[in-house]
This record gives sequence, structure tokens and C-alpha cells, in this order.
Amino acid sequence: MMIGNFPYIVAMLLVAIGIYALLFKRNLIKLVIGISLVETGVNLFLVTLGYRTAGIAPIYTYAPNAKPMVLPTPQALTLTSIVIGLATTALLLSFVVFIYRHYGTLNVREIKELRG
Amino acid sequence: MNTIDTGYGIWNSIVWTLLFLGILSIGFWIRSLGRKDYKAGTGQTKVFLSGNEEPDPKGLHVRGDHLYWGMIAGFSGYYERIRRWHTGILSDYAAWFIGILSIIFIILGLIR
Amino acid sequence: MNPLSFHAPVLLIAIPLLGAFAVPLIGRLGAHLRRIFTGLIALLTTACAGLVAATVFSAGTPITYVLGGRLTLPSGMNFPIRIILEVDGMSTFMVILTALILVTAVFYSFSYWRRRSGGTMYDSLLFLLGAGIFGMELTGDMFNFFVFLEITSIAACGLIGFRVWQGRSQEAAFKTMALYTLSGLFVLLAIGLLYGKYDGLNIAYLAAHIGSGLVDRIALGLLLVALAMKAGVVPMHMWAPDAYGEAPAPISAVLVANSQASLYGLFRVLFTLYGLAISVTTLGWIMIVLALLTIFIGVTMALIQSDIKRLIAYGAVSQIGYMLLGVGVGLATSAGQPDYGLVAMQGGIFHMINDAACVGLLFLAAGVIIRAAGTRNLNMMGGLAHDMRWTAMFFMIGALALAGIPPFNGFASKLMIYESTFRYSPILAVIAILGSILLLAVFLKVFQAAFLGPRTISPIERPSRLMLASMGVLALVVIAFGLFPGFFVHTIVGPAAKALWLGRDAYIGAVMGG
Repeated sequence: MMIGNFPYIVAMLLVAIGIYALLFKRNLIKLVIGISLVETGVNLFLVTLGYRTAGIAPIYTYAPNAKPMVLPTPQALTLTSIVIGLATTALLLSFVVFIYRHYGTLNVREIKELRG
Repeated sequence: MNTIDTGYGIWNSIVWTLLFLGILSIGFWIRSLGRKDYKAGTGQTKVFLSGNEEPDPKGLHVRGDHLYWGMIAGFSGYYERIRRWHTGILSDYAAWFIGILSIIFIILGLIR
Repeated sequence: MNPLSFHAPVLLIAIPLLGAFAVPLIGRLGAHLRRIFTGLIALLTTACAGLVAATVFSAGTPITYVLGGRLTLPSGMNFPIRIILEVDGMSTFMVILTALILVTAVFYSFSYWRRRSGGTMYDSLLFLLGAGIFGMELTGDMFNFFVFLEITSIAACGLIGFRVWQGRSQEAAFKTMALYTLSGLFVLLAIGLLYGKYDGLNIAYLAAHIGSGLVDRIALGLLLVALAMKAGVVPMHMWAPDAYGEAPAPISAVLVANSQASLYGLFRVLFTLYGLAISVTTLGWIMIVLALLTIFIGVTMALIQSDIKRLIAYGAVSQIGYMLLGVGVGLATSAGQPDYGLVAMQGGIFHMINDAACVGLLFLAAGVIIRAAGTRNLNMMGGLAHDMRWTAMFFMIGALALAGIPPFNGFASKLMIYESTFRYSPILAVIAILGSILLLAVFLKVFQAAFLGPRTISPIERPSRLMLASMGVLALVVIAFGLFPGFFVHTIVGPAAKALWLGRDAYIGAVMGG
């Protein structure tokens, strides 16, 4: 039972580490890594949801009748989410590049021209 | 068509607009009763500033931040606190987000 | 039903999406052709929105559109591979709002970017944003909702940071994107939790089975906070002034529609997905407290701004509070369903379109002011009304309407909110009215600083006719909604409020049958 829940614990741990990085790290790149970690945690969570013990890949034309298949929907969701994550990470990193060009720093505590 | 029922009463925009225009025209009518025998362009139409010369209007414009200076100074305690909130640092934004999330979780956990 | 109106919901997403990806190709053939194409796509999208509205309002019930068919496995098992679009009164209302803002923003942008490098990418991202917002409003599927949410996040932040030559816009875009991504991931986590428990992603299916267990509560908390953040609710609003303030003027207007699409998602989750499963009084009061904070802090922060767009942005944040207040009272009373609850709902929802039109108008006017004055600092402006009468008049209309002065539209919706919330709890109405008074003071400050006074600066750049026309359309909407509030409450707001407040069974029934 404990072993079965292990992936969920890892997923939530990843989310927690990501949020920690977002809250307490100073470097913008590390912030982006933090967001990426949250995303990985959520993706891991989704894949784990669809896992069935000793299941096989959900390609139904090859499926032997007796064996259980892992659920295909969470895998489709995860794929979509990974693609979206790629786009967001790329966009975030490109903003970081431009911020560095304009501000000359990557310290999140110094990038606060917009305040008040 | 132009009436809404608010539960307490009704609001009719056309009636209000007509009333507004009516009062406005009464105002203009009263204004038109005033004296017309003044001489324009002489001292009679000049701004009276305790007998002083009217200064050049340039530079007399009340600029944005001066308009509510007194009020903002009066609430300076509140404003200093609230300005300190808006640090402009992304980590703080995220911290507010996570903080509210935890508060909502606690509330949702407590209620039936 | 004729095929065009049958396919209208999907066309409404497909046309802007086609526009987004075809604009770079058409742009190769010349800037002039690109403009014609862009305008055509914007008009087609609006026509489609009208078609959706006509279809839904004539049907009277939620309409569904199935993407993908039903597949029968060799073993005889039915395996539904499909995504459902489900359009009810509330979705239709949001579609009308978005189409209005999108089309004015597109036409305003034509001359906004005349001398600067706007062009292909801008149009492409703008349509992508439009497609994402329409998708969020039309979809009947949770995961699909997440995908469109992320599309709007990416397109919106691309547009906020569009002026890469300004450091501030990059800062705003980065902050906004980081928070949008975080909130999007929380939404995905919630969707995963619900999928794990109920083995389905369809909103109607989930709504039919939803319970009040631990998993449901965690999912609700995640959805509530993530969507509230994206709507810019205090104290998670700090990205909003940054983003609205630094984005190009027409984009600020569209971002308001984007925030309201998130607000729509929030209402959909609370009313349709959860319904009465979890104590509505508590949830309603959570929303009311957030709403009061939003109204008060938004408006007081607006008062001390000296950057014109940031000031309007804080004003826009405070207006989100009124919608939350009206709908929050509606939610809190949705168990007993007294009359004033429905009025509060109608007021809150009516205020959404009023706010979109007024704030959109103000942002567009602010774009003109900034171009004319060559600065965004209110302390450096003055006397612009001497040379720009139309802009001054449009700004005045927008400001008075937003502050709730009759006979403009803001008054009608705010009156409904005041009187209904007063019956629920008088203090709510008092704070709401106080917020409105302060908002009037805020816009008096802008009007005084920018337009009144002796002619100190002569406009560097006057607004083009197209810009004035786009503002004029929004100003006409503001006046029309103000003069005929009963008509609009009856035709578009009433069905929307009913769909949220009473239409849960109809929403579920349209998919699940029975």
C-alpha cells in the first residue's frame, strides 16, 4: 500500500520543492526551474493516476484480453501538459534574457521597478 | 426597455435623463435672467484676486499628484502600510498566492 | 437548425485560431493585405459570436457541440473519445463581451502600431488570445478548459512583453507569466484530482457526481484560488497593475476580458460544478470578503498612482470586486434563492460587460493620451482637452460610467448591486458605494491632470480616425447600455444569471440526458 502511494508522495514533494524555489530563491533562472519542477510534479501525478499495477501500454489493437491496460486519458493529458510546459518555460526564459539585458541582474529582489 | 427592477424599487434611465435635462435647462434659464449690461473685455469681466494682477495661467495647473495631496497625507499611515505590501517582487506575489491558498484550504477543511 | 448555427460554437474558436496561424503567411504578401485579412477575421469572429448568441437564446437551453465521435472497440465496449463544447446563457454573455472588446482592440491596433514595429506577430498573438478566451468560455470539458487557459496565458504574456525594447514590459511579462503558469498548474492539479476520483473530465459529468469529500475540497480550493488569482482578486492582484500598465493600450483592454474569462471559470466552478455540494454560505462569504478587499484596496491604490495606465489598472482591479460582490451574494443565497439574490447575480454579471466596455474605453483613451503627451506621468500632463476634444469626451464618458454616474451603464449595474447587497447585509452596500465615490475621485484626478488646465503641452501625435472610431463604438455601447438597461438585463444578462443560478440541472441534463 505504501509503495503504491510512493509516486504520489514524490509528485507532491516535487510540487513543494518547486514552490519553495519560487518563494525563496533569488535567481530568476532558479525561479523558472522551480516552476518547471511544479509542472513535473503535476505531470507525474497525472501519469500515476492512470497507472494500473502490472498494466500494459494502452494500444488497444495489440491488447491481450486478460491483462489490464493503464488508462490512456491521463497519458494524453500529460503529453498535452508537457507541450504547454515547454512553451511556458521557453517564454519565461526568453523574458529572463530580456530582463537581464535591460536590468543587468538576475536577482529577483532587484527587479522591482514596477511597485506601489 | 429602459427600466430595471432592483428589488427595492425601479430605475428608469429615460425619466432620469429627461429630468436632468429639464433641471439643466432651468439652470440655464435662471442664468439667462442675469444682467447683460456689463462691458466685456474690461475690468468688469476680469478675475478678481484680492486686487492683485492675475498671474500667467501657465504653471498654475494643479498637477496630478497635488490634487489629493491633503487626503493622502491624512491617510499616510494606511498608505505607508499598503505601499509596503506592493513590493514589486515576484516572490512576494507568489507568497500571497500560496498564503491565500492555505487560508482557503483551512476554511474549506473546517466547514461542513 | 441550419448547419452554420449548428457549427457556430466551434467556428468561434476556429476562426481566430485560423487567423492566428494564417496571419504570418498572409503577412508575407504585404502589410496592406495583412490588415484587410486581420479586419476580416475580427469581423467574422464577431459575426460568429452573434450567431452563437442567436442560437442559444432562441434554443433557451444549453446547446452542446461534440468534437470527435463515438468509437466502439472490437470487444464491444463503447469508448467515448470526445470533447464537448457546451454553451449556455452565461457562456453566451461572455462571448458577446469578448467579441466586443476583441473587435475594437483589433481595429484600434491598426493605427496604434502605425509607425512602430507592430505587425505580424502582434496580430497573430492577439487572435491566439482571442481564441483562447473564447475556448475557455465555450468548453464543457475541464481539461480543455485548462488548455485554453494556458493558451490565453502564453498569448497574453507574449503581448504584455511585446515591446522588448522596454525593460519594464519584460519585467511585467515575466511576473505575470510566472504567476499565470503557477495558477494554471494548480488548475491542472485540481483537474487531476477530480479525474482520479470521478474518472471523467466533462464538467456536466463531474457536476452530476460531485461530492463533498476531502478530494473535492482540495480541488475546489485549488480551482478557486488559481482562478481568482488570474482574475486579479486582492490580495493576489499585484501582477494586474504591472501587466495592464505595461501592455500596449489595446492589449490592456483585451486583458480585462481575459481576467473576466477567468472570473467566468470561477463562477462556472462554483455554481455549475459544485452547486450546493459544499456550504454555499461559506463560499459566498469568502467571495464577499475578497470582493470587499478588492474594491477598497484597488481603489485606494489607484488614488496614489501617477502613471496613468497603472492608475486605470488599479481602477480595473477594484471593479472586479463589484462583480465578485454581486455574484458572491448570489452564491451565498443560492440555497434559499430569495429575489434579491437573483438581482445581485444580475447586477454582478451585468457589471462584467459594463466594466469591460468602460475600462476598455479608458485604456484605449489612455493609449491616445500617452501618445499625445509623450509621457505616462500624470504630473507632466495638462491641457490636452484644448486639442483633443473627442478623446476628452470619450475618457469622460468611460470614467463617469465606471464611477457609477447616471445615466451611463455603470450606474445601472452598480445600483442593482447596491440595493440587493443592502438587503443581504447593509455594510456591503456601504463599502461598495464608498468604493464608487473614491473611484470618481480617482478619475477626476486623471481628467484634471491630463485634460484640464491651460495648454501646457501640444499633442505630439493626434489620434487617428480609426482610433477615435474604436473608442466611439465602446462609448456608444456604454451609453446604450446605460439608456436601455432594462432591455439588456432582459435579453443577455437575465439568461446568464439564470444559467448560473438555476440552470445547473439543465447544464448537466444537456450532456448526461434526463
